[in-house]
Amino acid sequence: MHHIYCPYCEEMREEEEYSYTGEAHIERPKDPAAISDEAWADYMFFRSNPRGIHHEMWYHAAGCRRYFNATRDTQSYKVHETYKMGEMPSITAETLAQAKGDAS
Amino acid sequence: MSQVNRLAAGGRIDRSKPMSFTFNGKTYQGFDGDTLASAMLANGVGIVGRSFKYSRARGILGHGAEEPNALMQLHKGNETIPNPRATQVELFDGLTATSTNGWPSAEFDLMSLMGKIGGMMMPPGFYYKTFMAPQKMWMTYEKFIRKAAGFGKLSLEPDPDTYDKINAHCDVMVVGAGPAGLAAALEAGRSGKRVIIVDEQNEFGGTLLASTQTVDGIDAATWADQATSQLEGMDNVLVMPRTTAFGYYDHNFVVALERRTDHIGPVAKTGTRQRLHRIRAHQVILATGAIERPLVFGNNDLPGIMLANSVSTYINRYAVVPGQRCIIMTTNDSGYQTALDIQAAGRTVVAVVDSRHTPDGRLVAAAKAAGIQVMAGHGVIEAQGGKKVTGAIVAPLDEAGDNVTGASKTLSCDLIAVAGGWSPVVHLSCHTGSRPVWKDDVAGFVPGASIQNQHLAGAVAGEYLLSEALNAGIQAGATASDTTSTQTFDCGDESTGASQALYLVPHTKPISRAPKQFVDFQNDVTAAGIELAAREGFQSIEHVKRYTAMGFGTDQGKTGNINGMAIVAKTLNKSIAETGTTIFRPAYTPVTFGAIGGRDVGELLDPARHTAMHPWHVANGAEFENVGQWKRPWYFPQAGETMQQTLNRECLAVRNSVGILDASTLGKIDIQGKDAREFLNRVYTNAWSKLAPGKCRYGLMLKEDGMIFDDGVTACLSDNHFLMTTTSGGAAAVLGWLELWHQTEWPEMEVYFTSVTDQWATCSFAGPNSRKVLEKLCTDVDLSSDAMKFMDWREGTVAGIKARIFRISFTGELSFEVNVPADQGHYMWKKIMEAGEEFGITPYGTESMHVLRAEKGFIIAGQDTDGSMTPYDCLMGWAVGKTKEFSFLGERSFSRPDTSRTDRKQLVGLKPKDPTVVIPEGAQIVMDPNQPIPMDMMGHVTSSYWSECLGHGIAMGTVKGGSDRMGETVYCPLADGRVLAAEICSPVFYDPKGDHHND
Repeated sequence: MHHIYCPYCEEMREEEEYSYTGEAHIERPKDPAAISDEAWADYMFFRSNPRGIHHEMWYHAAGCRRYFNATRDTQSYKVHETYKMGEMPSITAETLAQAKGDAS
Repeated sequence: MSQVNRLAAGGRIDRSKPMSFTFNGKTYQGFDGDTLASAMLANGVGIVGRSFKYSRARGILGHGAEEPNALMQLHKGNETIPNPRATQVELFDGLTATSTNGWPSAEFDLMSLMGKIGGMMMPPGFYYKTFMAPQKMWMTYEKFIRKAAGFGKLSLEPDPDTYDKINAHCDVMVVGAGPAGLAAALEAGRSGKRVIIVDEQNEFGGTLLASTQTVDGIDAATWADQATSQLEGMDNVLVMPRTTAFGYYDHNFVVALERRTDHIGPVAKTGTRQRLHRIRAHQVILATGAIERPLVFGNNDLPGIMLANSVSTYINRYAVVPGQRCIIMTTNDSGYQTALDIQAAGRTVVAVVDSRHTPDGRLVAAAKAAGIQVMAGHGVIEAQGGKKVTGAIVAPLDEAGDNVTGASKTLSCDLIAVAGGWSPVVHLSCHTGSRPVWKDDVAGFVPGASIQNQHLAGAVAGEYLLSEALNAGIQAGATASDTTSTQTFDCGDESTGASQALYLVPHTKPISRAPKQFVDFQNDVTAAGIELAAREGFQSIEHVKRYTAMGFGTDQGKTGNINGMAIVAKTLNKSIAETGTTIFRPAYTPVTFGAIGGRDVGELLDPARHTAMHPWHVANGAEFENVGQWKRPWYFPQAGETMQQTLNRECLAVRNSVGILDASTLGKIDIQGKDAREFLNRVYTNAWSKLAPGKCRYGLMLKEDGMIFDDGVTACLSDNHFLMTTTSGGAAAVLGWLELWHQTEWPEMEVYFTSVTDQWATCSFAGPNSRKVLEKLCTDVDLSSDAMKFMDWREGTVAGIKARIFRISFTGELSFEVNVPADQGHYMWKKIMEAGEEFGITPYGTESMHVLRAEKGFIIAGQDTDGSMTPYDCLMGWAVGKTKEFSFLGERSFSRPDTSRTDRKQLVGLKPKDPTVVIPEGAQIVMDPNQPIPMDMMGHVTSSYWSECLGHGIAMGTVKGGSDRMGETVYCPLADGRVLAAEICSPVFYDPKGDHHND
């Protein structure tokens, strides 16, 4: 069971307080009428589903009721960081690969 | 009967506290401090049960969690507890146990005949292969096969005990209180960290309790007692014996089962029998130790063949020597310790049979000095005996241990102690996804790298020597506590000779012809079975496991798995490292469902939500239905009524006079802020820009795919203040949905959402006389049709209470909803009932509400829609704004090719051709019932009721292209053979012009 840091409550809380709400950083097209059916379908239905680093949204449903982002490894379940809505991740698959490369 | 195998002195038992117990109907004596297993062995009990597949006689193999054979059924009155291991059951006076299988008894078992005769013919996959065809006969076979299989019996009585759960947090969690665990906890405890240390046994100490070694000059067991006392004296350390950490989950979450009363009896007299501890630890130290491996040889399952370390434990800890004439079969030095222990206990060591050709360790020398015969380069290739071991066939082996190289001879004995090396207890580490790694120098799998804040200490990491384990414990405790320590322990000379990695002792015959060589005792998996599985093409160790059932027992293959993997590897000409291991999953040992349920059973399983008027509903005989967690009145039966009669009466009351419904459960969300109106424009399909204060509007909420998600009426309280209602079940999801869009896409909007569902109680009363009822209670609002129109709301005083009055209708009748603060809901309800008495006001429940709304063709989101229905599919295009500036959620999807098809399933009314018929909800709809199967499925019935006011059945359903099929006849073929015909019509059956609610 996950133990997740809520960036708004600034505390570690149990997974039971949260719900997972899908991939983060999917922006709604500004003018939906202007884009193709394909682009609209891509926005609605297609998600990355990586093995490894994933940026995703969590909802502190039984807590502060805020949505926030988490960088989580879908394979090991390690939560690398959580960050507020509107912020960008400081840890990505690329930075981790870079760090690994530097270390070796 | 006397305790024939009990020593006169020694051990950690209390001879001043004798205890009486019965096993399979016979009464025996034991002592306080015994386990059921040690007491049985003290009394010379040999056979403890029969094996799973071949019904072979089985005795006690081990002394702890690893025990595969001694599964017990414990009894107390009508209560019975299946399958605890006798090795882990603490003896108490009056304990009553039986074997879990064996017919007519474990001692004399008829099924074993099947094992003897059929043994050769029951390879892995036997049942699949034999009973495969004809397929329809499987049900018949299964009945008999099931009867013969399985362990233990469940009680059919309700569990008389209570269980609970507790959450705990700590800095350092230590699993296992053997030498490594105790040292780790001491070090962590001294650092001031909050420490929890658990051990599955009744006393802390692990192997120290049966050790003949010393720690810093102190007898090992005494050192353990002192360490435990020290820990108990530390305020920051929680010491938990009888507690098994059975699961290790993500982010250092450890779940442990504490057995609080099982050592007193199978049923707790008072208090909690077992408690589940849910522990979140910053650092976890696994000091789970290692389990000795048996060796695989012919008839190695006979009662009287035991793990060498277990024999030593019974001697040193329980003062029980389970044999008179003992042979030790070993591949390493630890078997010699057992030989010395047996000899010290005054029993005969016939020989130590060592597979190594030149054993030369310290203990070997000691055994030789003590006059014990050592047969180096030999192996026990087969045991002899029927119900108990009577001899061992010993033969010389080649250096690799692959072949018998000379003539065998038979030694007579009644105990064979087997030392096949050690398997670290990697189970918990596996639970977090870490794969064990084979280490040749340890001759076992050790935990692999972990991403958890996890440390290993002692035998679990292959640190088998006592001083190694203690020192590793100190270091793990220091690391986990962010301190350092240079403390080390002196345990005397522990020098040890090299071990041999031997798993299967060769026989003179090939594996397939040799007497049965058991690998997994609990599931009767043999070396021949594993070899056959490999030859049949099962190469992955995971497949071999599933095909042979190796490791599938309640013991999870704690003793057998490594041997089985070694045999697979050898058959495939690979190394064990290459074939790898299967992964252990929780639970380490079986956990009762009672503990998993804890207090979350019965009415505490899920919270029940009651409205303010609930006591009135109960007092007036309501039947309830669950809507989410809400208990809603379903209908209010009167004496002698059938449910249908009740519904007819309730519905007619609404149509002809006035009925009242508790609508408090509808979700209510208070929305405020200067951008509230624009926010509604974005999340609802229709326009909200012009809705004036004092007005309400029905809204449809869609997901981005254009499908209906929820609906409800929203009232404009003031220009920047709205009250949204949602479906009863959808309230939380809608709130989350609004927050999602506000927080992620439109954070610049100034708008705030607050759930007020529980703050307001809602009395909804409907019918032509509803205005007259309200007029009696409310004098400060002009309720006339002209002054307060349909879809208006007013603030006023009702029965002396400030209330919000909404003129909205879900029945099609003139209808008012009076909202008051929840604490005054019950009072308001009673006042309305009093005021309505002269009009025969009738309380009605959700079922009549459904009938009334269906007569009007009003949908219920989630019943008539299923996440694949657009507003247009539901004939609700009128609720979609066509000229809204902002592209509201879901709008863009209307023009997707699939969404804009005209032959989509659309909502229609269905009028049964036979007016007396009510079509079952869920019935499939076809156009031609005579079409050969598979017929073209056109849709299904979503809502269907008897309408008393119309005098016929009514239904709603979805039909492909239904909007263009008005007047056509469709058919519902039912499972019972009937085919019901219905005509497609408008779903608005009652008052299509809306005269009633506009009245």
